[in-house]
Amino acid sequence: MSRGVRMAVCAVGALGVAVLLAAAFTRMPAFGGAHHPYRDAAVGAAVRHATPNVVSSLNFDQRGLDTLVEEMILVACVLASVALLRPAHHESERPARTGGRVLPASRLVGYVLLPVTLALGLDVVLHGHLTPGGGFQGGVILATGLHLVYVTGDYAALRRLRPVAWYAYGEAAGAGAFLLLALAGLVSARGFMADILPPGRFGALFSAGTVLPFSAATGCAVVCGMVVLLAAFFRQELQITETGEADR
Amino acid sequence: MTYLAYAVAGWLFLAGSLGIARSRHLVQAIVALSIAQSGTYVLLLGVGFQRHAAAPVFTADMTIRSAVVDPVVQAMTLTDIVVSATITALLAALAVQAAKLHGTADPDDLRTLQG
Repeated sequence: MSRGVRMAVCAVGALGVAVLLAAAFTRMPAFGGAHHPYRDAAVGAAVRHATPNVVSSLNFDQRGLDTLVEEMILVACVLASVALLRPAHHESERPARTGGRVLPASRLVGYVLLPVTLALGLDVVLHGHLTPGGGFQGGVILATGLHLVYVTGDYAALRRLRPVAWYAYGEAAGAGAFLLLALAGLVSARGFMADILPPGRFGALFSAGTVLPFSAATGCAVVCGMVVLLAAFFRQELQITETGEADR
Repeated sequence: MTYLAYAVAGWLFLAGSLGIARSRHLVQAIVALSIAQSGTYVLLLGVGFQRHAAAPVFTADMTIRSAVVDPVVQAMTLTDIVVSATITALLAALAVQAAKLHGTADPDDLRTLQG
């Protein structure tokens, strides 16, 4: 299909979608209105389970099955990306170049922010059921914090900080723990992903039933998944070179 | 102003889709896909918005009757973002390998399948 034909087909489709969207939007409930029946049901269920952060309650309790599938998508995507980024048979790995010039300011920012970001990430994961946050958000902050070492210009230090094999195990352990926690509800005869822990006092650290363990398992899987994923991209960019003649 | 959020959502989705169709580079197509997906975030959050309502995180000085925005669509947006981010990484890995194998990242030049 030539470029012109493709754009024509695309324009017709986009026009159709635009008309359908406009027709749907004009018949939606008014923007900013007070009528939210799902909100009322979700807030009631979250408060009954002593979870102040209703979004975490939804993710790890009420709609936990969705999060389980999401977690599996995450693991599958990381696995597929790492498999795609392996060295091909006509490529070989070389040691990463060291040296280069790094501004003292970026070096300082990297080293100062590393502990701060790790503490923030842990806080976001562990208080995800009480305050805004949770396993996904905290996991991404933790993985970002680890990679601040790369900002300081020290790829060797980054590699020492994150032995990739251990993070690969960590990702499997996080996703596996999530699945086992879900199955524990089945074993206790309350149902898949049922709340097997006591709800506790509203607002206490150890409260909200299984939201905290599910959130922590997710955080583990996310931080390890991100590290493994970024490690594959770093390796591809910094260490893999073509050897001899490519056979295309 | 009532339909502004919905209009922005539709615009982002259509602009992103058009960006994929007319992209000259695989990375451009991936970024355009991310823009199209951002439309769904805006749509979801727009659906759950309520004027003068707080975030759906309850503190000691709030009651169950306090007005909060819809947390259901926020949870769905979070799922959306996570899946979008991982898919972007997967597509980027595919783009890296396609560019290495074919020597080009222009989708128009990637016409034949090669093993």
